[in-house]
Amino acid sequence: MNGIHDMGGMDGFGPIEREADEPVFHEPWEGRIFALNMAAGALGKWNLDRARYMREQSDPVEYLTLGYYEGWVLRLEAMGVEFGLFTREELERKRTALAAAEKS
Amino acid sequence: MSNHKHSAPLSDMVLRVKALESLLVEKGLVDPAAVDALVEAYETKIGPRNGAKVVARAWTDPAFKARLLKDGTAAIAELGFTGLQGEDILVVENTPNLHNLVVCTLCSCYPWSVLGLPPTWYKSPPYRARAVRDPRGVLREFGVELGADVEVRVWDSTAELRYIVLPERPAGSEGLSEDTLAALVTRDAMIGVAKVPTPRERVA
Repeated sequence: MNGIHDMGGMDGFGPIEREADEPVFHEPWEGRIFALNMAAGALGKWNLDRARYMREQSDPVEYLTLGYYEGWVLRLEAMGVEFGLFTREELERKRTALAAAEKS
Repeated sequence: MSNHKHSAPLSDMVLRVKALESLLVEKGLVDPAAVDALVEAYETKIGPRNGAKVVARAWTDPAFKARLLKDGTAAIAELGFTGLQGEDILVVENTPNLHNLVVCTLCSCYPWSVLGLPPTWYKSPPYRARAVRDPRGVLREFGVELGADVEVRVWDSTAELRYIVLPERPAGSEGLSEDTLAALVTRDAMIGVAKVPTPRERVA
């Protein structure tokens, strides 16, 4: 196991950036994706180890550049497809429909 | 954000999350009210105030402290704090000669039931990378200077076992009530990147 997630001891990441009075979620969508992951996880199709495994399969560049909850969005999309909650096509169609509805 | 293929503008993330939620709800897999309740719980109820109560109880009740150090999960459940990512908790005690620091080098494991969701810095590469290699340097960055005679132990969390630090009770806090003590305890002290301020420092 030497994936990008295995960060203990790595050099070069610089100082630790802290935010005073940080909110639990910075944007409403972060709270939604957090809760959706919990609610979908409660369906019992996968366990925490599986969810971690999915996160650890990320492209290393993506792992380092995506925000934390952005990673959760991609993971829930991937897990939902893999475990048959929905298909990739259904997801695309839904996105297109929502985008069109927003524009109109 | 980089220009990597998956790095999407924020508005796209909003759309993607909406699509996921609406699809899961339509299929009857997720109840939107349950999603609302989860967000609200983690924004308002499940946070470091829970852990602070555990610490204050341990400072004032030696029998509870003994149970807490022996079986953290069970003792914490006595105060009603149970649930996700709090299934197995080990409580590690700071003393004048020993300082404990908690990290999750692999990701973001954290004792949600007592501390809530972790701050961004806890999940960030700089902290995860350096906490295990240079814990004293990390502590200095957080403003904690430890003497050479103080041993530092770093605990690397896993999905199976999470840690919370039982900080030292500050000087000058003798005779304070459990609630007043709990108000002194900070999240950072329970991760091990800070000491609990004395009542005098707290006021200052």
